[in-house]
Amino acid sequence: MPDQSEIEVLVAARDWKAEGHGVALATVIKTWGSSPRPAGSHLVVRDDGFFLGSVSGGCVEGAVVDDALGVMKTGLSKVLEFSVTNEQAWEVGLACGGTVRIFVEPVQ
Amino acid sequence: MKAETLETVLADIEAKRPVVLATNLETGDQRLLHPGDGENESECADVERALRVDACIATDAEGGPRVFYQPFNPPLRMIVVGAVHIAQSLSTMAALTGYEVIIVDPRESFAAADRFPGVTLNLKWPDAAMESLALDQRCAVVTLTHDPKLDDPALQVALRSDAFFIGCLGSKKTHASRLRRLCKAGFSEAELARVKGPVGLPIGSRSPAEIAVSVLAQVTETLRKPMC
Repeated sequence: MPDQSEIEVLVAARDWKAEGHGVALATVIKTWGSSPRPAGSHLVVRDDGFFLGSVSGGCVEGAVVDDALGVMKTGLSKVLEFSVTNEQAWEVGLACGGTVRIFVEPVQ
Repeated sequence: MKAETLETVLADIEAKRPVVLATNLETGDQRLLHPGDGENESECADVERALRVDACIATDAEGGPRVFYQPFNPPLRMIVVGAVHIAQSLSTMAALTGYEVIIVDPRESFAAADRFPGVTLNLKWPDAAMESLALDQRCAVVTLTHDPKLDDPALQVALRSDAFFIGCLGSKKTHASRLRRLCKAGFSEAELARVKGPVGLPIGSRSPAEIAVSVLAQVTETLRKPMC
């Protein structure tokens, strides 16, 4: 069941859209190993870059927000995957060593 | 996601109607499925399972589309029978954990609003109270009164429901006599096996608040690791 904070994310998506903003929704669809947010967790992004919710412990949100802004422009959903590697460890990845797959879609 | 799909999900959450959002991960197409809905038997089963385990399911069918099923269940409820000292701690902790808490106790001096600020109190006799709550599989029932004339009628209703957790406070001896009474009332051994008693994980609790921790831990374990 969605906890209150997940519902707030969906409400924000609806309200921002109704206010005329571009909005994209990111959903964790699969995790492997240790990752902090379970499948179904949401992050909602507004066209000015403001966001609510989380899809990790803060490790990959920056990259997801960038992709979400792109998805708002193209109108096409996409699937992202993040995992930690030595090269990426200082850039985008999960410090906890897990892998996470995220679906990013425009709210239309 | 279409704005109208989002509206419908939020309306279902508001109305406490269970619903599953099915997303085709290749095309982005989405459908909203209610219990019983689905394109075929296997999809109906996926919808049912996602709601029952309250977790997302992704299908990876050979050759078929990859579909992600996300359940939105009604809120969890905890029905506490007995507005006793432990209930004061338990109601607060359960609310923090996401439960809507309802306290059932016909004794006005126990079920006083001053003792339970912000908690729903039901002062009907326990069987009538429980019937009016329409228990479902998102409900946990915990009896705390130790008094058979209050606990037993509540338990009888709980045992006929889909409540995912039924637990009773009381010593092993008290629990054995409780099971004997329920057996005489016509409940089978298999039905009575659902009752957890003495309720709570054995963590050496002493104070009412510690007992509440132990009870809530067992409720959480049953919800999240239903095979235990």
